[in-house]
Amino acid sequence: MSEDIFEIGGFKLESRLFTGTGKYADDSIISDVCEASASQVITVALRRVDLESGTGNVMDYIPKYMKLLPNTSGARSADEAIRIARLARAMGCGDWIKIEVISDNKYLLPDGYETAKATEILANEGFVVLPYINADLYVARSLVDAGAAAVMPLGAPIGTNRGLKTREMVRILIEEIDLPIIVDAGIGNPSEACEAMEMGADACLVNTAIATAGNPVLMARAFGRAVRAGREAYLAGAGAMCRHAKASSPLTGFLSED
Amino acid sequence: MSFYPICTEYNALPLNERFESVTESDVRRALGKTVLDAEDLLSLMSPAAAPFVEEMAQKASQLTLQYFGRTIQLFTPLYLSNFCTNHCVYCGFNAKNKIPRSQLELAQVEEEAKAIAATGLKHLLILTGESRAKASPDYLDSCMTVLRKYFPSVSIEIYSMDQDEYARLVDSGVDGLTVFQETYDEELYATLHLFGPKKNFRYRLDAPERGCKAGMRVVNIGALLGLGDWRKDAYLTGLHVAYLQNLYPEVDIAVSLPRMRPHAGEFQPTSIVEDRDMVQIMLAFRLFSPRLGITISTRESVQFREDILPLGVTKMSAGVSTAVGGHSQEDDSQDGDTVGQFDISDERTVDEMCEALRKQGYQPVFKDWEFITDLQ
Repeated sequence: MSEDIFEIGGFKLESRLFTGTGKYADDSIISDVCEASASQVITVALRRVDLESGTGNVMDYIPKYMKLLPNTSGARSADEAIRIARLARAMGCGDWIKIEVISDNKYLLPDGYETAKATEILANEGFVVLPYINADLYVARSLVDAGAAAVMPLGAPIGTNRGLKTREMVRILIEEIDLPIIVDAGIGNPSEACEAMEMGADACLVNTAIATAGNPVLMARAFGRAVRAGREAYLAGAGAMCRHAKASSPLTGFLSED
Repeated sequence: MSFYPICTEYNALPLNERFESVTESDVRRALGKTVLDAEDLLSLMSPAAAPFVEEMAQKASQLTLQYFGRTIQLFTPLYLSNFCTNHCVYCGFNAKNKIPRSQLELAQVEEEAKAIAATGLKHLLILTGESRAKASPDYLDSCMTVLRKYFPSVSIEIYSMDQDEYARLVDSGVDGLTVFQETYDEELYATLHLFGPKKNFRYRLDAPERGCKAGMRVVNIGALLGLGDWRKDAYLTGLHVAYLQNLYPEVDIAVSLPRMRPHAGEFQPTSIVEDRDMVQIMLAFRLFSPRLGITISTRESVQFREDILPLGVTKMSAGVSTAVGGHSQEDDSQDGDTVGQFDISDERTVDEMCEALRKQGYQPVFKDWEFITDLQ
């Protein structure tokens, strides 16, 4: 098979699994998770970053080869997301930014309008913007216009591990949006990540399902393999699906008989 | 808008009869749901739910893990001042108690800040008694210029303020408000708060909402369990949570579950919240509101704090002193015992707390917010 490289923001990636840094019992496991999953991109909430910490900084546990994707967790408006993104860059976290604007703490659903506003301003400032959104075609289109580098629709509400509940809407985004589609949030099992990839998603971001697993490192490896399997299945082109068993040519076989 | 009419309505209801009339099947129904309403909360706080605590605990533990992971956020209180013009009969700082009074000068605030920052803590809760003349809004503003250098997140637990006063503190870098109603029973409240501004039940009750409107990120409420009928106060706290969450979805609403502790002064708890009651209340809160922050203070014993860790706790205080200047100053009071607001039970240092948390498979989180200044 020819090399399958995923390019985003001018950066070439071999792995299509993005991982996270939240909810671990001990951050020191993060480097093992990265290695086991083969992931090359990791998201970290700027609110958690503490460069002066004497008590352990999450950044200390992220392998140097990982591409850092700081996120704006905690932002309630475009303005707050923009400020957090600028702080992240000033703190040395690079130019990539995952925009999260959430002003509903009950369901933690992203605010598409504020996200689009922040995306436009930050893209103009030279950020590689990866916005986290509900799987909504209109919001996704506005993000294309705003200069996003990818679109990150949720599979289910964040942290719920409920799987690919937005399946049909994600499928529409894959068909219609000419940017990488990275399914983010809600994926609870490797099989669901695999399904998203089979559908043609470009990548998946998984945090909670790995961090809260009984064995996070083993689960990270499982997700890494599932995403790869799903991608390969997509590239292979699945056979058509049928509800009943099919013999080769039961009705017209006689035509080829001598 | 105000929670007051709802509170008044519930105060007029025969709540104890309703708690008593909950059946086993009501509890089972509540336990089977993913989205719980006020009736379900009542069922889970009722005596009928007591035999179901293990089942509740299993579900609460899973929800907490899902939404918060294996993490506990740490903070510590900093007492700036204990001057007080209130007479709250249950409080060690009340105006009638003959205790040494003091307020930190800015240089002392800096010393305290340095001493706390040296432990690694980044989330601070600043407290004062109720004395606008001493711990004025201007004074608090000045303190914030010092504290912002050391702490990315500062919450306040002070006298109730107007919305614009809260907004001014938000601009100074305060991101959280803690205000306890003490009891939601208005008649009882009047007998416990004999004089001073805190006597105004409704002004206190509406303070969390003013904080939400003023832009606070986290608003932490609670009742001092044991002052009145704990079951009723816990239930009203839950309704207050739901009221605030529905109107201000952008604000993180959190609860504390303080139980009465012995303190200077004659008033002692009128009802006792046993450990099993406390656990039931906490589990009911978690099932009712899976994303709710739940704070457990050092009023509780080391053992109890460790036992309840997996059941829904998200925040814990550590390295606590409830005395003014208690973090950096030697105890030089005449009787060799500086008076705090209440006696603490868990006296572990921050390092000891962290070690214990890690041993239980939890990550102590020191920093979970960044003061978002505008760099342009």
